[in-house]
Amino acid sequence: MALFDKIEVTPRDAATSAAIDGALSIRRVSKVYDPDGAGVVAVQDCSVEIAPGEFVAIVGPSGCGKSTLLNVLAGFDTLTAGEILLDGNPLASVSRPPQPGPDRVVVFQHGALFPWKTVLENIMYGPLRQKTMTNAAAEEKALDLLRRCGGLDTVASSYPAQLSSGMQRRVEIIRALMNEPKVLLLDEPFRAMDSVSKATMHRHLLEMYSLCRKTIVFITHDLEEAIYLADTVIVMTTRPGTVKKVLKISLPRPRLPQMMSSHEYLEIKRQVAEGVHEEAKKAFERGEREHA
Amino acid sequence: MRSSSAFVRWRKGLNWRGAVAVASFILLWQLLVRFKVPGFETIPTLSDVFSTFWTKYMLSAKYWKAWAVSFERVGYGFVISQVLGIPIGLLLGTRQMFHDVMFSVIEILRPIPPLAWVPISILFWPTNEMSIVFITFIGAFFIIVINVHDGVRSIKKEHLWLARSLGASPWRIFQRIIIPSVIPSIAVGMTLGIAVTWNVVIAAEMIASDTGLGRLTWEGYVSNTPAVVILGMISIGLAGYLSTKLVDYAEKKMMPWRKA
Repeated sequence: MALFDKIEVTPRDAATSAAIDGALSIRRVSKVYDPDGAGVVAVQDCSVEIAPGEFVAIVGPSGCGKSTLLNVLAGFDTLTAGEILLDGNPLASVSRPPQPGPDRVVVFQHGALFPWKTVLENIMYGPLRQKTMTNAAAEEKALDLLRRCGGLDTVASSYPAQLSSGMQRRVEIIRALMNEPKVLLLDEPFRAMDSVSKATMHRHLLEMYSLCRKTIVFITHDLEEAIYLADTVIVMTTRPGTVKKVLKISLPRPRLPQMMSSHEYLEIKRQVAEGVHEEAKKAFERGEREHA
Repeated sequence: MRSSSAFVRWRKGLNWRGAVAVASFILLWQLLVRFKVPGFETIPTLSDVFSTFWTKYMLSAKYWKAWAVSFERVGYGFVISQVLGIPIGLLLGTRQMFHDVMFSVIEILRPIPPLAWVPISILFWPTNEMSIVFITFIGAFFIIVINVHDGVRSIKKEHLWLARSLGASPWRIFQRIIIPSVIPSIAVGMTLGIAVTWNVVIAAEMIASDTGLGRLTWEGYVSNTPAVVILGMISIGLAGYLSTKLVDYAEKKMMPWRKA
């Protein structure tokens, strides 16, 4: 709770960790999967402008191309039209082979901590591989991040399998933050969690976000989570995925759980819900059922 | 009071149902033989086996030599199968070219039972010892290859993606992501492999050798001393059990993250 107090007295723009870069510009991006001639359009003509340090949630029915978009952003997949710029520099385009990098780190839906490494080794992995830090410096920074993110330094020498799934996910976010990424990409990281753990994770994520303000692209199909966490909620249409609606969330920060029953929150929810339900219905009618 | 609590813990840890089952089995065996139930006329009792061991084998160099020889064959066959099988499995999983060339060959050779290799290996290898080690090797080789290959194919793509994101070179990814990911599959291959190795070495010794625990058992049959047959069988069981324990220990050392 001490962290909450700290957030309240820190004005957003005066925060020392305020993002100075991490502007993402997604311009008319399309992605067609064409494994055997029958072109499946996963993403179509999708354009989004994301400001440095902005928390953007992308909401849409399953199979709407959210994850495809994220994989293209991360450099795991190619795109078939359009381009993506990061701080004005080309990141992905048709002519560019996909290139992942430590400036855009993903936290995956099912988790991807290396099970054979301890928590500390997992977190130190990035800087050591990139040779941006010495072993001692990396260890110090890792322990510091762990300590600041809810006292996780006590589990530094544990293996991931010894942690709860919520702790694992937090460690994973810390591992990403360790690389000072410009953009943090979260692919439905809390999907498999019950509502209580989810609420706890939201609190931790918001704390981390206030500690080091990075641009966040957060993929989810949970509308309430999106509104509660994000500055901007982008609603995507069902396949072919494209931007249906962009909503600025004016709820003040720090976000607190009681806001979820505020008039403002409910009004935003009503507006977004219309769009999402329409798309979900379309997706359902097309027989594109939820698949895990 | 420490000793009494240790005693209580020992009593709790003791699987008394298992002990009763073993005792009942021995008693039943003794009774079936003693009352000459049809089929059991020529079977020795456990006490016969034990007295044979006590009077003739316990201090016999030949008996312990049989242990050593069989262990040596299993050891060579097993170690060579791992040393060759693990890299081949890794190559099959990571190099498409290697996979295309080798996989069909491996899939054709794999179903041939190790014992079907006995005649050709006796013809091929200059010494009997080499052919037995070779047959033992065959027993564990394909198992480890298939397990490692499968292990590489089931590596989480997120791990590979993430390692690339965080700046790992392809060689580093191989060393630090692919190898540790495959270790659990190697462990499975080793567990299955060591069991097969003992199966194979015993059969091979009966066919093609004049030493080893398999030969000892067979000689017991040929010389019409059934107590020796049973002694051989019990020895093989113990030897297999010991090797499994060794492999289990090695596996635990290989995967410290699994101890939780």
